[in-house]
Amino acid sequence: MTDQTPVLRLEGIVKTFPGVRALDDVSLTVLPGEVHALMGENGAGKSTLMKVLGGIYQPDEGQIIVGERPAVMTSPLEAKAKGIVFIHQELSLAEELSVAENIYLGELPRKRFGLVDWETLYTRTNAILEKLKVRFDARTRVGDLSIANQQMVEIARALTVDAKAVIFDEPTASLTDAEKVVLFDVIADLQSQGVGIIYISHRMEEIFRITDRISVLRDGTYRGTLNTRETDEEAITQLMIGRKLDLSRNASHHELGDVALEVRGLSCGRLYQDVSFEVRRGEVVGFYGLVGAGRTEIAETLFGLRDPSSGTILLDGEEVQIDSPHDAIQRGISLVPEDRKGQGLVLGMNCRDNMTLPQVDDLKAGPFVAEGSEIAIFDQYRDRLDIRTPGWKQLVGNLSGGNQQKIVIGKWLSMHPNVLIVDEPTRGIDVGSKSEIHNLIRELATQGYAVIVISSEMPEVLHVSDRIVAMYSGRIMRTFTSDEVTEDNLIQAISGISGDNRDKVA
Amino acid sequence: MQPGTLSTLLKRGAIWGFIVLELIFFTVAGEFLSLSEKAFMDVDNMLLLFKQSAPIGIIAMGMTIVMVNGNIDLSVGATYAISAIVLLDSMTWPLFAGLGDGVIPVAWALALLTGTLLGALNGLIVWKTGVDAFIVTLGSMLGYRGLVFMYNGEQPTSHLNWTLVDFAEAQWLGLHTATWFLLIATAAIWFLMNRTVHGRNVYAIGDNRTAVVNAGIRVGPHMMINFMIIGFLAALSAVVFYSESGSVNPNDGELYELWVITAVVLGGTKLTGGSGSIISTFGGVLAIQLLRKGLAHIGADTSTVNLVIGLILIAVLFLDRQLNIKGKEELKV
Amino acid sequence: MAGLTKEQIGGFLARQGILVAFVVFMIGFTLANARFLDPDNIMGVVRSSAILGVMALGVTFVVISGNLDLSVGSMMSFSTIVVLDLHDKIGPTLAIPAMFAMTLCLGAFIGFLVGYLKLNSLIVTLGMLSAIHGLTLTYSGGKNMDIADKEGTWFKVFGQGDALGIPVPILLFVLLAVVLGALLSKTPFGRKVYAVGGNGTAATFSGIRRARVVFTCYLMSALCVATAGLIQASRSLGSQNTVGQGLELEVLAAVILGGASLMGGSGTIFKTVIGVLILGFIQNGLLLVGLQFYVQFVVTWVIIILAVWLDIAAKRGKLWSPIA
Repeated sequence: MTDQTPVLRLEGIVKTFPGVRALDDVSLTVLPGEVHALMGENGAGKSTLMKVLGGIYQPDEGQIIVGERPAVMTSPLEAKAKGIVFIHQELSLAEELSVAENIYLGELPRKRFGLVDWETLYTRTNAILEKLKVRFDARTRVGDLSIANQQMVEIARALTVDAKAVIFDEPTASLTDAEKVVLFDVIADLQSQGVGIIYISHRMEEIFRITDRISVLRDGTYRGTLNTRETDEEAITQLMIGRKLDLSRNASHHELGDVALEVRGLSCGRLYQDVSFEVRRGEVVGFYGLVGAGRTEIAETLFGLRDPSSGTILLDGEEVQIDSPHDAIQRGISLVPEDRKGQGLVLGMNCRDNMTLPQVDDLKAGPFVAEGSEIAIFDQYRDRLDIRTPGWKQLVGNLSGGNQQKIVIGKWLSMHPNVLIVDEPTRGIDVGSKSEIHNLIRELATQGYAVIVISSEMPEVLHVSDRIVAMYSGRIMRTFTSDEVTEDNLIQAISGISGDNRDKVA
Repeated sequence: MQPGTLSTLLKRGAIWGFIVLELIFFTVAGEFLSLSEKAFMDVDNMLLLFKQSAPIGIIAMGMTIVMVNGNIDLSVGATYAISAIVLLDSMTWPLFAGLGDGVIPVAWALALLTGTLLGALNGLIVWKTGVDAFIVTLGSMLGYRGLVFMYNGEQPTSHLNWTLVDFAEAQWLGLHTATWFLLIATAAIWFLMNRTVHGRNVYAIGDNRTAVVNAGIRVGPHMMINFMIIGFLAALSAVVFYSESGSVNPNDGELYELWVITAVVLGGTKLTGGSGSIISTFGGVLAIQLLRKGLAHIGADTSTVNLVIGLILIAVLFLDRQLNIKGKEELKV
Repeated sequence: MAGLTKEQIGGFLARQGILVAFVVFMIGFTLANARFLDPDNIMGVVRSSAILGVMALGVTFVVISGNLDLSVGSMMSFSTIVVLDLHDKIGPTLAIPAMFAMTLCLGAFIGFLVGYLKLNSLIVTLGMLSAIHGLTLTYSGGKNMDIADKEGTWFKVFGQGDALGIPVPILLFVLLAVVLGALLSKTPFGRKVYAVGGNGTAATFSGIRRARVVFTCYLMSALCVATAGLIQASRSLGSQNTVGQGLELEVLAAVILGGASLMGGSGTIFKTVIGVLILGFIQNGLLLVGLQFYVQFVVTWVIIILAVWLDIAAKRGKLWSPIA
């Protein structure tokens, strides 16, 4: 392998933003026909590096070499013309247009007078679609396709040019197992044609299944490249976070209180069905499952954001109907939502106002907001959660992800809820803040809060939970106590045990 | 049948269903209420309806393409007025005195050029400053109107050229000149949006701007071209109308933007861009004109027309939302 | 300028640009015509800006909550016509509350459509612009409305009266500005308006009843419109059906000039007042240097574009847009 000419080399790339050195002397070499994994924590610089490669950012130092020629990328289109193709994580499709128009977006074949050459367009597209073995044709409107099929359209874009290197950015996030198999076939196919592939993913299992080499970034620096066959998860994790991950189980067993929240036979249309569980005071219940298993939707129902189609919710043994978040808050339920920037914070508001937002009606001096008590609340939770901000006047949009998340948590702790639901509490947060938040969740439980933690990260669920509810496809598969649970039986539960549950290809 | 097809069909056909309903209603109601002896569904009456739809209709075609692009243009009324003044006034310029009736194409060209340039100015500002098109054209709506007044103060600008009037009042194959212009504008923009690379890119830009930028499509020139098209069409609309009337008041074209946007929205174009059809816009234009004429036919006055159109616009919006709702499972935010 | 970096100056201009522009204008016009800074002249400008200003206060609430209100012009015509008509029928004492109630009903209807039914505010208020105009014409039968006894009625105090040597329209404007300014910047309701406009989803997730907040904003707008209609009716004691036509856009221009973003979540009452005054002083200044009223349109155009442009340019740190 080593005597081949690399299809793509990044050499000594440096990229700084005001105050941050986002990439510091990063190098990466992709050989023809290899699948090269790029790994690193969120914020390690993976996406910045890819943006440099795609010409969205210009590097301050270093160079990009495609084949044997140094290249200056000025736009994604130019990168594509040089044979570097990106498959984006977020779908970047125009739903109203046909599959063919999306695949050839920006490069529609033309006839005279700027007319679209539909015939060529459809012929070429159908040839590509055939390779992908999908069951829709070039004229289908993209908006009518399932998410997974839309992802396939995205992938089809890579096949329109004579690609030298293809970058897959978390391509499997929304794919079913069957669709993953097709995707991996496509990758193998590209590989056999001598295309180099950069594969960005957090899913170790995939990494070990399809990649040849793994390069790791941490804090914008290059930490090394390993041969996949000669390494293991632990070694990679250590490179990524610079120390061993604390995978210890939650050991503390304090006295549990009464049942704070009980749910019986709750269903919400096709989102989830017949869900029953209970949470006691002083207990942390983890909800684990794949994206789309219905966990977030249960939380949203408990918070009054969805109307259940059947079932009952009991708070302190009393049956309640929760119509709105306002209602939920009155009843002592708090939700730290999944999407911090979209649902958790008003980014253009300052830290204090964000933190006191749910209770601003109660903080009054005469007709006005009592700013003194607001600042007192802010100061209290800033100290308790160790929020790093120059002051309460700072706009939350200017804070780091970890500090933003702490503002959201502080906002809900200051409501003194009976039931606290946290959805993906550490998504996109650096490792340090991560363990702080884990400790905080444990501490809250010992203080008698009933806590529900929804997470897609197994170590996190194992670490913080007293009990773990495993969900698959809208149903609770099994509830584990922390003594019963092992990584294996948990994984089995969330993938629908095994066997015949491959989702139908839509 | 794929899911969503039914609601799509319903939405595509809705405007034509609405037109049929209007026709039935006014025909029946006309029998009982009509002040005139003529039936509503009279051929002459319908031909007139097409002709009267032209000024709003021609601009609405341009508005559709601008709105599909994800922008909006509030300055069309003022552009319309300026172009009209250029049209009428240029025919009196001593420079062209020797041309005789040859001045007509020159005046037309000047008017159309004016509209196109004003549109280009809007487009250029939106493109280069990054200020929202709503604000840019809100500003130029005031600014262009100011230019109208600066031209001739508060006096009307008049010039009647009888050759021109004859041309404008002519009927070819039974249709009025203005109707022909409306049909040609509709066909041309339809062709532009459905058959050309520019048109398809415009849909893509309105639909998913990030994707388009990533695909290397230059958004700015496309936006600018669309503003030039709507400026051109506003001028064309003025050319068609004022060739016949021969006199323009500085307030002419006020509130046109509202009528045009109403027609486009009735036709189902999404406010956020990415979706809309020229044929449906044509339906929207007809529906509005039919409503105006129909209400007049059954003896209602302007006030009722305003009231009814306003409420229908809101009702359409409401129905559209109900059709798009995903059922009870939806997140209540 | 020693010690000030380019960023700091840019940031200052972004935050206070509108004030800077205001001062520059005042200086410019004063140099051009000494009468400009005459107290009588200034009082006159504020007085003639009062109607626009009062309406802009209400629209500020709507815009900060992330919506638009294009119906205020025709709603103001409605209020004016109604109060003039009722003045002679049931007397001013009853006519004024009746007119306020009717206008608030219109505001509530719009608030219901935009807040509770979540319909697009641009189209709803566009439709209402037309519908309310129709309503006004139906109400008046298309005729101008005049008060029979123009000399004897105390009703004219709102438009023509003085208190403490200050014209009543100005007092009303200032009073409303102070009350609404406090409401917006100091009360829980105001905080919620900013939250709803800044990020409606996050506001809902924080237990804020968004529909209710939006609804109340439209009520505020209607309240201001009714006040403006009262001043207009009382000033002229007779009116056409189209007295408020086109005002919605001038009002919006003033609010935008004050720096409120159409995306919602930003803007203040104080800045809106500055925006209103700038428009008023430009108009006045241009008249004083001998230009026609319509030159003002062109100048306003340039100023609006420049104000918004510099505002976003300072935020993105680049003068020209990144649009390719």
